[in-house]
Amino acid sequence: MGTEEKQIKHAADHAAEGAGGGPILFFIIGLAIALGIGWIAFPKALYSQKQQPFDFSHSLHNGLVDNGCESCHFFREDGSYAGVPKLAQCIGCHEDVQGSTPEEKVFVEEYVKKGKEVPWLIYSRQPDCVFFSHAAHVKVAKMKCEECHGPIGESKNLKPYEQNRITGYSRDIWGQNIAGIKTHTYDRMKMDDCADCHKERGVKASSVQTERDACFVCHK
Amino acid sequence: MKNEQGKPKKYGMVVDLDKCTGCGACMVACMSENNVPFKADESNKRDSITWMRVYKITNGKPFPDTENCFLPRPCMHCEGQHGHSPCVSVCPATATDYSTETGIVSQIYTRCFGCRYCMGACPYHARHFNWWDPVWPDGMEKSLSPNVSVRMRGIVEKCSFCFHRYQAAMDKAMMEGRKELEESEYQTSCTQACPSGAITFGDLNNPKHAVYELKKNPNAFRLLERLGTNPKVYYVSSREWVRRAGDNYIKGEWENKQNAKK
Repeated sequence: MGTEEKQIKHAADHAAEGAGGGPILFFIIGLAIALGIGWIAFPKALYSQKQQPFDFSHSLHNGLVDNGCESCHFFREDGSYAGVPKLAQCIGCHEDVQGSTPEEKVFVEEYVKKGKEVPWLIYSRQPDCVFFSHAAHVKVAKMKCEECHGPIGESKNLKPYEQNRITGYSRDIWGQNIAGIKTHTYDRMKMDDCADCHKERGVKASSVQTERDACFVCHK
Repeated sequence: MKNEQGKPKKYGMVVDLDKCTGCGACMVACMSENNVPFKADESNKRDSITWMRVYKITNGKPFPDTENCFLPRPCMHCEGQHGHSPCVSVCPATATDYSTETGIVSQIYTRCFGCRYCMGACPYHARHFNWWDPVWPDGMEKSLSPNVSVRMRGIVEKCSFCFHRYQAAMDKAMMEGRKELEESEYQTSCTQACPSGAITFGDLNNPKHAVYELKKNPNAFRLLERLGTNPKVYYVSSREWVRRAGDNYIKGEWENKQNAKK
C-alpha cells in the first residue's frame, strides 16, 4: 500500500464515521420541529377564535328573498354600501318568531324585542386606510359578490371569526392558507389581490410612480 | 377617466387674496374634516400639524402705508413635469404619488416610513410630520371622520384636497350611471367653510368649472412658480406687492417682468 492509497482509505473511514447518524439526524429533527412550529403551531397561536352572537343560515334566507344578496346587503342612494344589515332591515320579517330554529328565538328575544343591534363580527372588514367602493365593482364592473366573498350565500352556518392577535384583522384578509397560496379569487383579500385584478382588467394606469393604478384609488 | 373634453381631470384651486379676511375658518374646517391631530400646546409651529395654514404677509411699509394680506396655503398638488412633483420625485417608499387621473398628490400613511425627504423637498412647507401618536380629548375619538384614516407617530401627512369627498361623490355618480362629476358634487371642506368665498375649487381642465376662467385672470399667480413645481393652487390679488410676494426677485427683476408684460 502506497502513501497515497493509505491517505484515501483513511479519509474514507473518517467520512463514514463522521457524517453518519448524529449530526444529520439532529439537523433533520431540528428542521422538522422548526417547520412544525412555523407552519402549524404559530398559525394556530396567531389567530384567536370568536363565535358570532348567534348562528345564521345564508342559504335559508337566500331561498326566501326575491332579490338575492341585494335584498339585505344593499346600496344606499348616495352610492355607499350598507354592508351587514342593521336591525331595521331584519325587523320587517322578524318582529315575531317566524320559524322554529333556536337561533331565531335568540335573535328575536335578545335583540329585536330589546331594540339592540346585533354585534356581528365582520369577516371582510378591511383596515382603516382602505377605501373600497362597492359601487365601482358591482355597478360599473358588474362583478358578482362571489368573486370576492365566495359562496357565502350557500352557507348554512356562520364560521368562527378568527382574529389575528398581532394586527387585529380578520383571517379572511390573509386567507386560510398560511403560505398565502390561493386557488379561488375569494381566498384572500389583501392589497396584492386587489392589485392583481386591477392590472388584469386594465384599471386606468394613472400613477406616476408605479405606472399602474394610483394609490388613491383604494386608499383614503 | 377623462372628462367630456377628452382631457384628464386636474383638480385645483383659485384663492382670491383680496377676499380673504384671515379668519381661519378654512383651517378649522380642514382639521375637523381630516382628523388632523393637535396638542394642548400648539405654540411651537415646527412640530404642530396644519394641512391648511393661513399666513400673514405684509408690505413692510411704515404707517400709514402698511398693508397686510392673508394667504391660505393648502398642499399645492404640484404637477411638475409630467407629475414629477418635488415630493413624489424623492419619496423612496412610493408613499406619495401623483395621479394623472385627478391631478391629486396622494399620501399613503401606511406606506410612509417617515424619512421626511418629501418635507425637505416641498418648497411650500405643506407637509407635516407626526412626532407623536394623536391624543384626542376624552370622547372626541367618537366624532372622528370614518372616511379619513387617522395617522400614527412617525409618518408624514398633508392636504389631500379632501380626496375622500371625491371618492364619495364618484360612488354616487357610479350608482346613477354617470362617469362625470358636477362641480358642486366635489368641493373641499376649506372651500365650503370660507365665509367670504375666497376659495374656488374645481377641475382646471373643465371649461364648465369656475376655476377654468378664474385662473386666466391677469392678476393670477402661483407661489414660487419659477421653481418649475407647476402648482395647481392659483392666487389672485389686485395688489401688486402681494403678487410680487409670490416669488423671490432680485433687484429690478420684478420691474423688468412688469415691463415685459406691457
